[in-house]
Amino acid sequence: MTSQLKKEKSVSKVIVITSGKGGVGKTTSSAAIGAGLAKRGHKTVVIDFDVGLRNLDMIMGCERRVVYDFINVIQGEAKLKQALIRDKRVDTLYVLPTSQTRDKDALTQEGVEAVLNELREEFDYIICDSPAGIERGAQLAMYFADEAVVVTNPEVSSVRDSDRVLGLLNSKTKRAAEEGAEPIKAQVLLTRYDRARIEKGEMMTVDDVLEILAVPLLGIVPESPAVLKASNVGVPVVLDEPSAASQAYEDAVARLIGEEVEMRVDGERKPGLLRRLFGRSA
Amino acid sequence: MKRLGFPLWPRRPSSAQTAKDRLQILLAHERSGATPDYLPQLQREILEVIRRHVKIDDDAIDIRMDQGKELSSLEINIELPHTRP
Ligand SMILES: Nc1ncnc2c1ncn2[C@@H]1O[C@H](COP(=O)(O)OP(=O)(O)O)[C@@H](O)[C@H]1O
Ligand SMILES: [Mg+2]
Repeated sequence: MTSQLKKEKSVSKVIVITSGKGGVGKTTSSAAIGAGLAKRGHKTVVIDFDVGLRNLDMIMGCERRVVYDFINVIQGEAKLKQALIRDKRVDTLYVLPTSQTRDKDALTQEGVEAVLNELREEFDYIICDSPAGIERGAQLAMYFADEAVVVTNPEVSSVRDSDRVLGLLNSKTKRAAEEGAEPIKAQVLLTRYDRARIEKGEMMTVDDVLEILAVPLLGIVPESPAVLKASNVGVPVVLDEPSAASQAYEDAVARLIGEEVEMRVDGERKPGLLRRLFGRSA
Repeated sequence: MKRLGFPLWPRRPSSAQTAKDRLQILLAHERSGATPDYLPQLQREILEVIRRHVKIDDDAIDIRMDQGKELSSLEINIELPHTRP
């Protein structure tokens, strides 16, 4: 039974999906990226760090199957394998739900570390869906991360919060504390991108946001009715019917694992932007 | 155009209707306090009872649940040690 859980490769990656601001698309992105990686055959688990406000289970459509949660495991009331829920559509995809009845104090740094270490034995990718804010819950979600996806909307308060979170990633994490460790690799995922409003000058452009945050761009996810529809039925957007949003998430997943994919907005190429991004780092 | 106070044809199963159904099932369980906070205790007790007869590990028990509208089910699997009687 355990043998089918064992992963093949030896390096696993812990990726935090974070933002500071609430409602920008962290949970949507965690589900989509997790499902996208799993679809490509990588053993992937998505962990809900939003203790007390469990939502990832609904977005992934496994809310009726939650028996034990992350907190039960941390407190020794259940074994990890008893709390992991295997997705019914993609068999390399798992969810570790959080508790709906306890609060963030139930998370301990030692407990989180122990669970992540055990998951590293079996999974290729461990996706941590961070709660909003920059308090304890958000800090624990990012603390052990190897990479970060900073979910940002083209809007002033979201960009400001993302900047704050980028600062924390560089100062308040294990990789920041350990001498000689590579810093966390952080990338921006621009979501709820509304081209009509950007063309009217009502919203900042991709270039504006990147100029301010000065980190690489992982992808651009347009504002799309497919996202609401997918959440209604409990299907990660990349497992639902193809849409501009699912395409954008598939591209982001490809880039996350190191493939070069041209940046597209609503399915259209944006070559100028791509040249700029790679031009600068080369 | 003539307007009627009710839809002309029966409501098709929209994604919004699915969302409402899922929430109703989930919230009925959460509000009733039937969220499985008793499960860790239940698990310990089941293990105790079984241990009176067979020697098994703490993680030899696997509990799965499916909460439904009319019916919820709890599936309990116990892995027995690999010995022939
Ligand atoms: N690309 C998008 N297009 C349309 N709606 C979106 C998009 N991304 C997220 N949303 C909606 O925004 C809301 C917040 O998303 P969620 O993923 O829960 O954010 P967070 O986890 O950051 O709080 C949800 O109602 C979700 O359906
Ligand atoms: Mg969320």
